[in-house]
Amino acid sequence: MLPAVNYLIVPDKGDPYLEGHKCDVCGAIFLGERTVCSKCFARDKISKVKLSNTGTLYSYSIVYRSFPGIDVPYISALVDLDNGGTVKGNLINVEPDPENVDFGMKVKVVYGDALGRKDKDGNSYMSYFFEPA
Amino acid sequence: MSDVYVLGVDMIKFGRFPDRTVPNIGAEAALMALDDAGLTIKDMQAMYCGNLGQANAMVGQRILQEIGQTGIPVVNCANACATGATAFREAWMSIKAGMYDVVLAVGVEQMGKGLLGGAGGGDGIPKEGLLGSGTMPCVFAEAGMEHSSKYGTTFEQFAKISVKNHHHSTLNPKAMYQIETPLDDVMNAEMISYPNTKLMCSVNVDGSAAAVLVSEKKAKELGMQRAIKVRASALASDPYTDRDLVMPDVNACTRIAAKDAYEQAGLGAEDVSLVELHDCFATAEMLHYENLGLCKDGEAGMMIDEGHVELGGKIPVNVSGGLLSKGHPLGATGIANIYEVCSHLRGEAGKRQVEGAKIGMTHVIGLGTACAIHILEKP
Ligand SMILES: [Zn+2]
Repeated sequence: MLPAVNYLIVPDKGDPYLEGHKCDVCGAIFLGERTVCSKCFARDKISKVKLSNTGTLYSYSIVYRSFPGIDVPYISALVDLDNGGTVKGNLINVEPDPENVDFGMKVKVVYGDALGRKDKDGNSYMSYFFEPA
Repeated sequence: MSDVYVLGVDMIKFGRFPDRTVPNIGAEAALMALDDAGLTIKDMQAMYCGNLGQANAMVGQRILQEIGQTGIPVVNCANACATGATAFREAWMSIKAGMYDVVLAVGVEQMGKGLLGGAGGGDGIPKEGLLGSGTMPCVFAEAGMEHSSKYGTTFEQFAKISVKNHHHSTLNPKAMYQIETPLDDVMNAEMISYPNTKLMCSVNVDGSAAAVLVSEKKAKELGMQRAIKVRASALASDPYTDRDLVMPDVNACTRIAAKDAYEQAGLGAEDVSLVELHDCFATAEMLHYENLGLCKDGEAGMMIDEGHVELGGKIPVNVSGGLLSKGHPLGATGIANIYEVCSHLRGEAGKRQVEGAKIGMTHVIGLGTACAIHILEKP
């Protein structure tokens, strides 16, 4: 399966993981390749790092109105990963109700098929999700 | 450098005009602003035009093709929801630079209905609903929920902002809607992206607004009776913040622009009589009470609970009805809120007049990100 985004790595062998690009000078973590750090402006000091599969919920919204064909409601979540980096994704296996979602709750990153979505050539994709840890 | 004055300013009543063209809608406000200044297109030395939807289609020149082609320089600006304010600011700068004495700024937009943002595109598969949501109601809901996480801000407090702005709009004949929306109605309206219900999302409308800016020399020559002085014009982009790759940061950018604006004017928030700020969603307005220094961090919920931001309160916010009820034609919004503040400073705001208004502030923010703030004064 192909990765849904460029910061999701699906190796031939072993488990998928999220990849960050970290500035060796200031420690800022970016998603996607780059050569210049937009925080400290250092050039050519960016290294690939494997991001953590655990983190905490920083903020969220419960989405009830989306574009046609997209299943609602779902939880759009911003997660601060342990050891750095923030990623956005769907928080799954939680009832989409504010009562059940707590700021700072521990989550883990899980990997799976991209909700059956295929590209125009019929390829399947792998994506990532968050679920309560 | 010369001080800069707004000599004429106006906006059309916002609405939906599917049978008109963008330049035609813009031309109407341009003529109204010229009339308000007592000038004609022949007096204009340059024009700055803000429009987003047709940013590559020479809207400024096409407006002049409707109202008078004099051969003056025209610059078309696009800067997300700060587009109109950016056009105004470019006009201000051209006078500050000593290039011109009389300049026209126009903002115009024709919007479709429906959700903004999020559709994505590019290669592969759509990401909406797979990796969270990029729709504007969700992005601003997430920004509001960050405030909830820090300070315990509630759904009800966010909803009260919408009640207030809809109430204000009942006093503004140029607003898209003039209807009261009690708290129950706001909270029980269709949930779009928690905590933003449909009544907590700005209205997509068509609209235009325009201003004639002049140098101090010209203002004195033409008469200062209704002139409004531009005390500050600030524009900022988003600085690096830790989460900004996945969470557009509307706070840091606004704080930079606010600091710059207060410094330019030599004023503080306590000097401001009224504020028109970027309430694209109810959750957004909450954040900007603090970002603009109207209260301390963590006090925004109290500002709405205590009524400080209502007409008649300590610092009325969005007495026009705001984007939530007046409507939000993206490229026009930044000049429309300058019109609103000028109306109060001139004492011409009718039933919604902020009594004794001396200094007013306007604020817009476009994701991507651009924040523009103006401070205006009745001389
Ligand atoms: Zn760096």
